[in-house]
Amino acid sequence: MNKTFSAALAATLIAGLSGTAFAQTKEVKIGYVTTLTTGGAAIGKPMETAVNLAVEHMGGKMGDFDIKVIFGDDGFKPETGKQVTDKLVKQDNVDFVAGYIWSNVLLASRKSVLDAGKFLISSNAGPSPVAGKLCNENFFSTSWQNDQNPMAMGEVLNQRGVKSLYVMSPNYAAGKNMVTGLERTFKGEILGKDFTKWPGQLDFSAELAKAKASGAEAIFVFYPGKAGGAFVQQYQQAGLKGVMDLYTVFTIDAVSLPRFQKANFEGVLGSFQTMFWSPDMDNEQNKRFVASYKEKTGQYPPHYAAQAYDTMYLIKSAVEASGGDLKNMDAMRAAMKSASFPSVRGEFTYGNNNMPIQNFYLREVVKDDDGDWTTKIVSTVFEKHQDPYAAECPLK
Amino acid sequence: MDTTLLFIQTLNGIQLGLLLFLVASGLTLVFGILDFVNLAHGSLYMIGAFVAASLTFVTGNFLIAMILALPVTAAVGYVIERTIIRSLYERDHLDQVLGTFGLILVIDTLAHLIWGPEGIAVPLPDWLNGQVELFTGVVVPTYRLLIIATGLAVAAGLFWLVNYTRLGMLIRAGASNRTMVSALGIDIQMLFALVFALGAVLAGLAGMLVAPITEAAIGMGGDIIITAFVVIIIGGIGSMKGAFIAALIVGLIDTLGRSFLDDLFKLVMSTEAAESSAPAVSAMLVYILMALVLAFKPSGLFPPKVR
Repeated sequence: MNKTFSAALAATLIAGLSGTAFAQTKEVKIGYVTTLTTGGAAIGKPMETAVNLAVEHMGGKMGDFDIKVIFGDDGFKPETGKQVTDKLVKQDNVDFVAGYIWSNVLLASRKSVLDAGKFLISSNAGPSPVAGKLCNENFFSTSWQNDQNPMAMGEVLNQRGVKSLYVMSPNYAAGKNMVTGLERTFKGEILGKDFTKWPGQLDFSAELAKAKASGAEAIFVFYPGKAGGAFVQQYQQAGLKGVMDLYTVFTIDAVSLPRFQKANFEGVLGSFQTMFWSPDMDNEQNKRFVASYKEKTGQYPPHYAAQAYDTMYLIKSAVEASGGDLKNMDAMRAAMKSASFPSVRGEFTYGNNNMPIQNFYLREVVKDDDGDWTTKIVSTVFEKHQDPYAAECPLK
Repeated sequence: MDTTLLFIQTLNGIQLGLLLFLVASGLTLVFGILDFVNLAHGSLYMIGAFVAASLTFVTGNFLIAMILALPVTAAVGYVIERTIIRSLYERDHLDQVLGTFGLILVIDTLAHLIWGPEGIAVPLPDWLNGQVELFTGVVVPTYRLLIIATGLAVAAGLFWLVNYTRLGMLIRAGASNRTMVSALGIDIQMLFALVFALGAVLAGLAGMLVAPITEAAIGMGGDIIITAFVVIIIGGIGSMKGAFIAALIVGLIDTLGRSFLDDLFKLVMSTEAAESSAPAVSAMLVYILMALVLAFKPSGLFPPKVR
């Protein structure tokens, strides 16, 4: 025991010394905050995989810089997320902070990064304030603003002639945005709405009974992560399939589909959702990403992974434009703003608030040629869609 | 108010209450008799869920998996008691909280290593996956009825065990006066290990029952353990009867709050205000009840006699 300890100590010392000796190599440090423990890790792990995959595809380099990614675990809690963000900014002194699955975690952490004058890139969360009044020139998103996917879904519901709807969503920042987004476009009547406790509540018996009693034609829900699986199971057990059609955003995806497939919940096949991306999109960057991700994990990448992969390429475009000086914020900002990196979603542009202006598609859950369950694009719902908060953002 | 909906929601409340009772009964036994604060009780709930979920895919049937998983959780509980918990009995409550909190982290990470982060969806046999029409207009998922039936059967079994068996007599005696029990020559160590394993089985059973509803997931214990503590505080620590009644009260308050509070609020405030305040207030209701109980009856509604 003692020997092992001494050996380990020696190894650490040597590693430490050589680290200082070769400190001349230039390094870009990226702090990546996601959820690596709790049930939320089901989303965080694919993002971690995608980030590592991007580094691998870049050959470990962005321009002349070696890439160093430091992962931080938010533990599914805003307060923990803020703590790890502070640590990344102050102690590790990273050049970029990225990641953030949860809107409430991003809102709690954004100030620590932006006040320190560093770039903040959201790989997922898109709460309304960061797109509107709290927009910042150093904040970029590789995902979407929360309202946009449900806005596309509202449009789909109109097209399909749905007249009455029941709505369920978790009671936190993103949950509220999702419902607001839906209400912006959906023209029918919303017969009832439930905001459920987040993240603790996974038993929806009371809400489903209300939904059924409301007599609505269809039900719209937003339940990311493990809550999505719980919801779909209870929706089936309550016998609502065929009674109230299920329309979802961020609920049935490549995170949950392998589980559903294993348990043979065939009810999700053929269900619809809206999204800015799908694994079957036909462009070079996406094909490479999806193929390598599948090779690594044996599963389709979820959109969270796609966004994380894009985040790394966005940062790469900035580092390459910096002229070898990571203090050159203006050049890096301009490079990112031009959205000139190869994105897995194809071409898009950034709006004044640094949120993507992009297409949204209707996806259907299908079996692929190997019998694996995945999603496939059915139609384009919105072209070059900008979020509704851009006008509130003072940036040009 | 719609009476059919009220009836269905009451059933939902009872079902939630019975699940809570399964978790709280073990917790109250361990807290009441062993005088041990076990935060990791929720981890046993999670272990039950994961073991049953894995066995469902091995055996191809959820019910067989559940029957096989029960002795496994008992064994896990027994081993945890022997190896870790035992050395914490003599420490004060704060040390026990710290120790068992550490245990939660270890068990969560182990589950992460064994089963991966994504959790397991548990398929039910077809006959359990449907719905039953109790009477006209009242249609409930069959599986929820199974939970209610199991919960009531276990409650009856525990009632018999605690009131009419020698082990139950020792348990009651242990809850009232631990020192006296050991002074009378009872092998208190064995009693403790048995009680802990019993608690583990009860928590594990609750986890197994909930797995087909919410999936087996990491950290699922944390979602229920706080409410289970609220239940035993309201019911009186160490009291099985208290745990049963308090669990039903909490289950009903929670479910009915979620169901009808927004409609009630809409009578006195704007729709928008009601929609955002109702979920917050309904989440608080059980804590308000706990605060009231602590204020007026600090030892709970049904404290065990003579502590």
